[in-house]
Amino acid sequence: MTDIVGGTAARQKRIRRAGLQAFLITMSVIWVLPLVWAVYTSFRPYAETAKYGYVSFAGIYNLDNYVNSFNQGELPKYFFNTVVILVPAVILVLFLASMMAFTVSRYSWRFNLILLMVFSGANLLPPQVIITPLYRIFLALPMIAPLSDNGLLYDQYVGITIIHVAFQMGFCTFVLSNYMKTIPRALNEAAVMDGASVWKTYWSVILPLTRPALAALATLQVTWIYNDFFWALVLMKTGAKYPITSALNNLQGEFFTNNNLIAAGSILVAIPTLVVFFALQKQFVSGLTLGSTKE
Amino acid sequence: MTDRVARSGNATPPASAGGVASSRPAPRKKRYSLLSRRDKVTLWLMAGIPTLIVGVFILLPTAASIVLSFTSWNGIGGFGAIKFIGLKNYTDLVNVYQPFFPALTHNLIWLVFFLLIATPLGMFFAVLLDKNIRGTRVYQSALYMPVVLSLAIVGFIWQLIYAPEQGLINNLLGRTDQGNQISWLGDPSLNLWAILVAASWRQVGYVMVLYLAGLKSFDPGLREAASIDGASEVQTFFRVVFPVMRPINIVILVITVIESLRAFDLAFITNKGLNGLELLSTLVTNNIIGETSRIGFGSAIAVVLLVISVGPIIFYLFRALREENE
Repeated sequence: MTDIVGGTAARQKRIRRAGLQAFLITMSVIWVLPLVWAVYTSFRPYAETAKYGYVSFAGIYNLDNYVNSFNQGELPKYFFNTVVILVPAVILVLFLASMMAFTVSRYSWRFNLILLMVFSGANLLPPQVIITPLYRIFLALPMIAPLSDNGLLYDQYVGITIIHVAFQMGFCTFVLSNYMKTIPRALNEAAVMDGASVWKTYWSVILPLTRPALAALATLQVTWIYNDFFWALVLMKTGAKYPITSALNNLQGEFFTNNNLIAAGSILVAIPTLVVFFALQKQFVSGLTLGSTKE
Repeated sequence: MTDRVARSGNATPPASAGGVASSRPAPRKKRYSLLSRRDKVTLWLMAGIPTLIVGVFILLPTAASIVLSFTSWNGIGGFGAIKFIGLKNYTDLVNVYQPFFPALTHNLIWLVFFLLIATPLGMFFAVLLDKNIRGTRVYQSALYMPVVLSLAIVGFIWQLIYAPEQGLINNLLGRTDQGNQISWLGDPSLNLWAILVAASWRQVGYVMVLYLAGLKSFDPGLREAASIDGASEVQTFFRVVFPVMRPINIVILVITVIESLRAFDLAFITNKGLNGLELLSTLVTNNIIGETSRIGFGSAIAVVLLVISVGPIIFYLFRALREENE
């Protein structure tokens, strides 16, 4: 695309480029502004902003809001709840979806297509479509003791884990089966010739080759499940068991009584996802795009 | 793929047809049918367990929503207390339940706003960032950053901007006094637009990431050919790039529609989805977790949401399917 015409054309192009840069810089600044504003507010004690106003560069800056929101809001408790729900959910959904993807992509049988469709369709539904009966199912289905302290799925970590697994299954299966289709079928046949069982073919031949897709999906799922606000809201009644994202709403008003505390609390809760943003951006983006394009 | 569909009929275990093993005369050449009994059981379990989970926790509730929508049930007295009342929930929804039409309208506004503003803006950014200009990675990161945040956090971050006394906008405008402050999130004629801006903050980045990935796989030769033919950049985009990007355009269209129907978190966090922020999703939720648990009536609203969502979902799945067959 090098310009050979030179002269005015080249100058015009330079001006256009400069304009483009200016536009993109402006938009980028606008885009990060809300977060920067939250960070800035979070470092200012409430007394200072009350004295000088929120839009001011004055007074002292410290970490008091972080300490206060962390302790008063009992954030560690809610972070712990999230971990208890999230870790098994991500492992389970990837494990189950990879098995499902393995069977539909490596073996031809007559329900492949319809199952894939149903799975993907289920994942696209708004959660509110299923929530009313789901709430009743959670109250009706028994759950064994160590996983549930009331004998039900309702109001339990395990219930929230299960609904995440069920709801994310479609997307993960869809992505993984697309990925597995690109692995040469001959590998299956070679494994079978060597006398490997179906399980062994899955576990030691196909799954290791699926690792990049699994890594991308894991990043995406961790972020999505961490970010979920809805399920616990309806399927749990004990506020103390809420995962962190759902708990935020109760914290506001109760403990986060001013914008400075809200800002610090929000940043604290956003930190894990911001870590994903800075450290695992490539994984996250490739997870997103694996689902939409088929490269 | 096609012959599998053609042959589909009654229930058959996964291992019995085509592919690696075939116990019946298959149209394709017969391969080594080495699948042992144990292998077949393994395959059954590998497909069966995930299917069971999706069946019990997603498909069953979907079907149950439809059935329950024809009943009057407040959740008390077990399943025996379920009484069928025909279409009464639906007629009540239309004739009696006041928040219904506002909610429907707000969902529609949400969709139109996304379709006309957020999504095109995301695509526009993607096209600009695809030009390999200096600093493109930095711009990309800035625009994409909100995508990793939860909508709950997005709601809180924008509260810092919209709050009446402590918020950024009113402070900049000098309108923080009780008398003259603008209630961005409280005024029912403003709050929907305010949270749409917050929602778009995230949606734009989402669309940008997806579209950019599509553009990267675009054949640069085509664009060069167009520019040699004297097409301007705008012409090249609309006449060459956009049509070739059809599959990803459809993905983005479907995502935009689905995201608009799923809109919930921001409205619920702002004011529980009341007073100007009614959405179908918040109505369903408020009918279960409110003081009055109206299972039948809530299900009817959920079915309306389902009926609206099914169209785009099926459209998308058929597209994805056809691509697969090609």
